[in-house]
Parts: sequence; C-alpha cells; structure tokens
Amino acid sequence: MTVLEFMLILGAALFCLGLYGVLARRNAVLVLMSIELMLNAVNVHLIAFARYVIGTEAIAHVLIIFVITIAAAEVGLALAIVLRMFRNWETVNLDRISTLQQ
Amino acid sequence: MIETAILGAIGIITVAAAVGVVATRSVVYAAVFLLVSLVGVAALFLMMLAEFIALAQVLIYGGAITIVLLFAIMLTRAPEQTNVQDNAQRPLAAMACVGLFALLVAAALATPWRTRDPGADPMAEFTALSELLFSDFLIPFEIASLVLLVALIGAVVLTRSGREGA
Repeated sequence: MTVLEFMLILGAALFCLGLYGVLARRNAVLVLMSIELMLNAVNVHLIAFARYVIGTEAIAHVLIIFVITIAAAEVGLALAIVLRMFRNWETVNLDRISTLQQ
Repeated sequence: MIETAILGAIGIITVAAAVGVVATRSVVYAAVFLLVSLVGVAALFLMMLAEFIALAQVLIYGGAITIVLLFAIMLTRAPEQTNVQDNAQRPLAAMACVGLFALLVAAALATPWRTRDPGADPMAEFTALSELLFSDFLIPFEIASLVLLVALIGAVVLTRSGREGA
C-alpha cells in the first residue's frame, strides 16, 4: 500500500464515521461535530492528492484553505441556529424538532 | 521507514478519536475526541509538508471551532442529556457507512493514479499557494471574507434575545 492509498483509506474512514454520526446521532451539536469530521476527511484527501498526484499541486492547498474558511462560517451559523432552537423548544434533540418556527 | 511508522500512528490516533466522537454517550467527551481527531489531521498535514495549512487547522479547528462547540454544549444543557444519543436508524446508518467505506476503498485501490515524485521542498508548495491565492483565486478569496462577515452577522442576529430579534 502506497502512502497515497493509505491517506485515501484514512480519509474514507473519517468520512464514513462522520456520515454515521450525521445519520445516527440525535443531538444537534453531535451532528455538527460529525459534519466537521466529514469536512476534515475531504481535506485529508485533498492534501494527499496535492502531494502525490500530478496536476493538483497548489490548487488542492487553495481548496483546503477555502474548506476550512467555509467550515468556520458554517459552524458559527449552525450553532447560532442550534442555540435559537434550544431557546424555542428547550431541546436539541433532532427527532423532536421538525420546524424552525415557534 | 520511520516516516511510515509515524504516519501510521497518526492515522490510527485520528481514526480512533473519530470513532470516539461518534460512539461516546457524553457530548463533552465527543468534543474532546473531536479535538484529538482534528489535531491528528493537522499532524497529517505536517507529514505532507503543508505547514501553513497545519497551522491554520490547529488555529481554526483546534482553537476556534472546538471552543465554539464547547460553548454550544454548555448553553444547551437540557435535562434529557443523560439519554441515549443515538436514534432508531442506527443499524441502517452503520450498514450504509460500511458500504460506502468499502466502495471508497475499492475505488482508491482500483484507480490508476498518475502519481508524481513528491518534492522535498516545503517552501515550493507554500509559495505556489500564496501566489495562486492572490492571482487566480483572488476573487473567491475576497468573497470568502464576505461569507465570514455575513455568517458572523447572521449568527449575531439569530442569537439576539429580545422581541425585535425574534
């Protein structure tokens, strides 16, 4: 197994664990953490491609910077929504929340 | 040889911490596991000679995002917190994820990658990154700052208490 394949399998494992968390978790904050895992899995893939595959060298680095930026924006906004939900319903259980209205 | 061993160790720690994130019952433990996993990914960036991205990863993920998540956990302490954190579709979700993992591994091993010899000079990729960021990707770069500003204002508006904010 080459280092590239190792990194790709590692990223796939991280992505699938994050996907499992998104699908199976009930707490909205835990779902957000799982989404962060998935974003990181994508970054692991990108850095592996940047180092070992022809034609992706610096572009992948730029993409990683953008992914990190968007992840920061996303987590701030999503947690604001979670706090708003908690204030309206006193719960962050996603199975009990079906609308964003009060 | 030693590089491979270090890479393997970092990979095992990262994946084990990720398993902790999705398996633990405690939300706070999940946040700590997430921090370990994110720092593990930063170490992977270092092993791939991407120092700047590793630094950004530690600063933004390890610092900012984990702290914000911990704040959210503390502010949403509901009485039901001791309940099971997983819902009924758990076996189905596990099956789907294992299937996707098998597919991804098969794809990664089957694809004939056009690999190149990795350069040993970390400054080369760093210089290329900064040049690209301020030439071809200048407009997306500036729009990213706008996105961050809008997200910040949106978060402030959403969490503002009082009647006029509702």
